[in-house]
Amino acid sequence: MSSLSGSELVHVYRTMLTIRLAEERFMRGLRRGEFPGFYFPVRGMEAAAAGVHAALRPDDYYITTYRGIADVLAKGASLEAVFAELLGRVTGMSRGKGGTMHMADPARGMMLTTGIVGSGTPIANGLGLAAQLRGDDRVTGVSFGDGATSIGALHEALNLASLWNLPVIFVCHNNLWGECTPLEAYTTTARLAERATPFGIPGVTVDGTDVLKVYDAARQAVDRARAGEGPTFLELVAPRILGHYFGDAGEYMDQDAVERARANDPVPTFGQWLVGQGHLGPDQLEAMSKQITDEVEQALAAAVRSESLPADELYTDVFAPGVDAPR
Amino acid sequence: MTATQTTREMTFGEAINDALDVALASDPTVFLLGEDIADPPGGVVRLTKGLSTKYGTDRVRATPISEQAIAGAAIGAALGGLRPVAEIMLMDFMTLVMDQLVNHAAKHRYMSGGTSHLPLTVRTRIGHRRGAQHSSSYEAWFMHAPGIKVCAPATAADAKGLLLSCIADDDPCLFLEPTPMVRSRRRSQVPTGDYRVPIGQAAVPRTGSDVSIISYGQQTPAALDAAATLADEGISAEVVDLRSLVPLDHRTVLTSVAKTRRAVVTHAAARFAGPGAELSAMIHEELFDQLACPVRRVAAAFTPVPFAPSLEQIHTPDAATIAEAVREVVRQ
Repeated sequence: MSSLSGSELVHVYRTMLTIRLAEERFMRGLRRGEFPGFYFPVRGMEAAAAGVHAALRPDDYYITTYRGIADVLAKGASLEAVFAELLGRVTGMSRGKGGTMHMADPARGMMLTTGIVGSGTPIANGLGLAAQLRGDDRVTGVSFGDGATSIGALHEALNLASLWNLPVIFVCHNNLWGECTPLEAYTTTARLAERATPFGIPGVTVDGTDVLKVYDAARQAVDRARAGEGPTFLELVAPRILGHYFGDAGEYMDQDAVERARANDPVPTFGQWLVGQGHLGPDQLEAMSKQITDEVEQALAAAVRSESLPADELYTDVFAPGVDAPR
Repeated sequence: MTATQTTREMTFGEAINDALDVALASDPTVFLLGEDIADPPGGVVRLTKGLSTKYGTDRVRATPISEQAIAGAAIGAALGGLRPVAEIMLMDFMTLVMDQLVNHAAKHRYMSGGTSHLPLTVRTRIGHRRGAQHSSSYEAWFMHAPGIKVCAPATAADAKGLLLSCIADDDPCLFLEPTPMVRSRRRSQVPTGDYRVPIGQAAVPRTGSDVSIISYGQQTPAALDAAATLADEGISAEVVDLRSLVPLDHRTVLTSVAKTRRAVVTHAAARFAGPGAELSAMIHEELFDQLACPVRRVAAAFTPVPFAPSLEQIHTPDAATIAEAVREVVRQ
């Protein structure tokens, strides 16, 4: 049973609901053409992300992937900075130059988001190494999808993390789909956390829709890393509810499985659990939803008021200021 | 080099080792990682010999044969506030780290809107002369990836000064070590202590008035040899040693060619779509009406590097080939 207090549990739920409502608003905007770009939905991953981040400290490092807005929000990003980034505006967290697939918020430890499957894992080792060499106790987490278990970079990274005993948590979000191909069509490995075993890294598989189980597993992994006991591989199984990308209807997915995943939606499930346990009243649940909806709308409105990037920004940030770079 | 700077005779390889030694001694955030780099052996060709003994294996870290893991760890460590110097043994093995270097290192400052940056250096050897997969010169690939600097020294002093500048730089830097120079036992004067050569500043190791030979890395000694031969024939060749390919010192190149009105560009990378194509285009765009003749490129054949010595010899232009091209250009 989770060691989280009642108010901490409510905070975790608030994070999950913020992810859900921000994404719903964003996708509504994408349908209306309010936003540019390309998007990979996280619906169904809210518990997995919120549970992991609840176990981390604000100064811990994190790296995520293009399906990463849940991690970015759970790491504490401001909604306005997120929306402005999604719009490509100057008040975006990366001044509009990263966009949906490259959200970074280094002040909160959200160090980068990669658009390349599995590529964050070797980089996470470097952050872990920086903390280890400095002698501080910061932990680094890195999210990747189940598809990344087919990439060589992950295996190189696991070997090095084990060899150097790095304080890194490898967080595999197993949504049972590698892009548009189901898990059983691309690997014979029944449990993806087994990928860690040959490297001497503990591999733990938990139900990624159950935020308390995710938190407990993440807590153990983070405590191990912080104590200098090395990396852990966490496999969080949370079936994908939507298509691979926004606009992908997912007609190739087994519709019965999708319906089961929808019925097991982690956000209302945890909300009702909190009510049942007496941590929140039904009216408070409703009030929180309304409050977050208002925050999302206000953040979006502020982001929309922000300026687009002026043309002279095209050539800035390629190199450090003052470098006489080619044009 | 200031008048008061003391110097010591070093080989090209010793100058690289000395630069790493100075960086490790002066900046606690500097550390090295790469295959075989710790003692013994101190690097597959001993370039890092003695450093792990002096600074410990925390700061001079031998890695598994995992190029993506090496480059990724360097990127992450740079994000975490350190100044990593990664060694990727040979340019051919850079194919294994293109995702990390091109998608992540080179683009990070831009993608993060300047909120974070990556002060990392990647050293690699080029022109090894050991067949098709251990000898290539792919520097043009990196010139085409905005966000990464590319340095290609031709002397021991420049190797030291540029490597120290790369390590101190706040952007990712690729530092190329031409194997013919790394293998050379020739010694030359190298400033001791912390010596920097600015990145993006070409040198003019020989002045002349009839033609500019523009080169970098292993071709610069060949260009100087060619210029010496041509001097005996009454042809005055100026040699511009680029030293950095990104940023490219276009001013020094254009000043030289505006004076001589003729240019020959030489490199050990393939001629087709090689760095010389950019130099030639730039010179034609800026100086078209001042040129006495078109820019000539003298560069490697567009083939894998051959193993057979008879083919390898003609694959990459030598001093005689450069001199012959200059004679033709001067006649025009």
